[in-house]
Amino acid sequence: MESLTEDKLKSLELMANRLREDIIKMVSHAGSGHIAGPLDMAEIFTAFYFHILRHDPKHPNWPDRDRLVLSNGHICPVQYAALAHAGYFPVEELRTLRQLGTRLQGHPHRGILPGIETTSGPLGSGISQAEGIALAARLDGKKYQVYCMTSDGEHEEGNTWEAIQFAAKYKLGNLTVVVDRNNIQIDGFVEKIMPLEPFAEKYAAHNWNVVEIDGHNFEEIIAAAAEARAVHDQPTVIIAHTLPGKGVDFMENNYLWHSKTFKPGEAEKALDELRTLRGKIRSEHE
Amino acid sequence: MLNPEAKLNPKLFDDDVAQAPTRDGFGEGLVLAGDANVNVVALCADLTESTRNEAFAKKYPERFFELGVAEQNMATVAAGMGVTGKIPFISSYATFSPGRNWEQIRTTIAYNNANVKVAGHHTGISVGPDGATHQATEDIALMRVMPNIKVLVPCDAVEARKATVAAAQVWGPIYLRFQREKTPVMTTDETPFIPGKAQIFWQSKKPEVLIIGCGGLLYNALLAARELEKEKIGAVVVNCATIKPIDDKKIVELAKKCGAVVTVEEHQVEGGLAGAVAEVLAKHAPTPMESIGMQDTFGESGAPEALIQKYGMAPKDIVAAAKKAIRRGK
Repeated sequence: MESLTEDKLKSLELMANRLREDIIKMVSHAGSGHIAGPLDMAEIFTAFYFHILRHDPKHPNWPDRDRLVLSNGHICPVQYAALAHAGYFPVEELRTLRQLGTRLQGHPHRGILPGIETTSGPLGSGISQAEGIALAARLDGKKYQVYCMTSDGEHEEGNTWEAIQFAAKYKLGNLTVVVDRNNIQIDGFVEKIMPLEPFAEKYAAHNWNVVEIDGHNFEEIIAAAAEARAVHDQPTVIIAHTLPGKGVDFMENNYLWHSKTFKPGEAEKALDELRTLRGKIRSEHE
Repeated sequence: MLNPEAKLNPKLFDDDVAQAPTRDGFGEGLVLAGDANVNVVALCADLTESTRNEAFAKKYPERFFELGVAEQNMATVAAGMGVTGKIPFISSYATFSPGRNWEQIRTTIAYNNANVKVAGHHTGISVGPDGATHQATEDIALMRVMPNIKVLVPCDAVEARKATVAAAQVWGPIYLRFQREKTPVMTTDETPFIPGKAQIFWQSKKPEVLIIGCGGLLYNALLAARELEKEKIGAVVVNCATIKPIDDKKIVELAKKCGAVVTVEEHQVEGGLAGAVAEVLAKHAPTPMESIGMQDTFGESGAPEALIQKYGMAPKDIVAAAKKAIRRGK
């Protein structure tokens, strides 16, 4: 990984804002889709696609690439935006989200869009697929790292905990799971729907290396990924505390925005806020 | 008479015909597939011995993965391996896999187009004393409805071995169905096995009924054909080892020739082989048809042979069904 200079940090912050603007435009144009999760994962996806991952967007099937598996497929707008800006496909294609004939399915589908490693949508199956890839890497003597993006809500699925046990048994040090701990799901706040706490302790009790970070802080995200890569005999979970709807004041921390669609004027208002934020990022670094 | 081209076991109708469970054939085939290709891996959910993964696990311990009692995880871990160049075979009882993990198979194996082979064991009611919870009678329906997936139901242990070896060679998701109990070995090493091709095992000169079967119960279809012959009723018996993609060309050709059809399977007739054959016939050659199999009911504990009798899958039941289908066709 290259070092995180002041210039790089600024470019990452601007890119995260760019992804947020694209997410608002995509979901607004599609007329449906999820919004709060993609917004709160903007820094994490930016950090991975523009700093952490060893990948080559021009050769998406390069056998030695790091794998990024998206488990909670419904937040795909943020991944689509990141992939497009990284160069996997044209940015203009983002406007086709959820339209007939698109490569940008409502939930991501492997094989039709470069950069998508697995088909996902139904929750709780991503970590285990990432484990299968990590095991294949081990059998093949490959050094790449496998990352899996998950949500806190999908830790209510039994399959998730089956996967957590399995990774510890096989000491999958080449696996890193990132949990978007935004504490919202469709029906409300996660801790009310089905409490997960003590969350970090549960992972630790399953013999995982646990790191907790502020999911909007690039330095913390990048440092956590570096630590995960350095731990070889244990899988690592990065519990990223995030603010759902991050970046748009009237969406932040309101669980209704998990999968709500825009009323007339709301998308414009959100984009206005993000433009203001873009100006702030620029001026802060000047 | 038996079709000589099928090169079947010459002792097929002897009282001491060799018997072996199809799961044994799977175990042998898995080792052969592993010998032939280093990318073949096996995953099991706490049923290593009874699903006959033991020999592979002993020979290739680094390519065998014990998941514990976690069939959903088994399917999804295999999916990850399957999209990374491996050829995983996942094994459990079919009521659990593809029963419990159906959605994982649908999304991460079938739709994801991962090169995973799902081996469903302990199928049919001949599982016996374990009772209905462990007798898979819906798995063919569950799997054949899924796009991208092929469905193989070998009729005996020898064919099970061949089907397993073939599954490793044919790219893409495949469901393989195996049985717990010993069944007569009808085929030989020389019997041709081509995925996607139905095969004539019994051929009378003037057939009046086409009997299409799959799995070990096909033996009862052959016994029934022999009975019918004694009563001067000609029949054709077809081994439909590939239920998807089904050999519709052969089924239509033979159904037209015979004018009456009986299907034979240890599975719910709705959605199973009967369903698959009915779909073909309704579209291309409407023909009176009777179905031997589970008639919208669960099984129960009991000795395998007693269960086959009780649920109407004995040779005499097939004979009666054949006569009824012939009557309806006249």
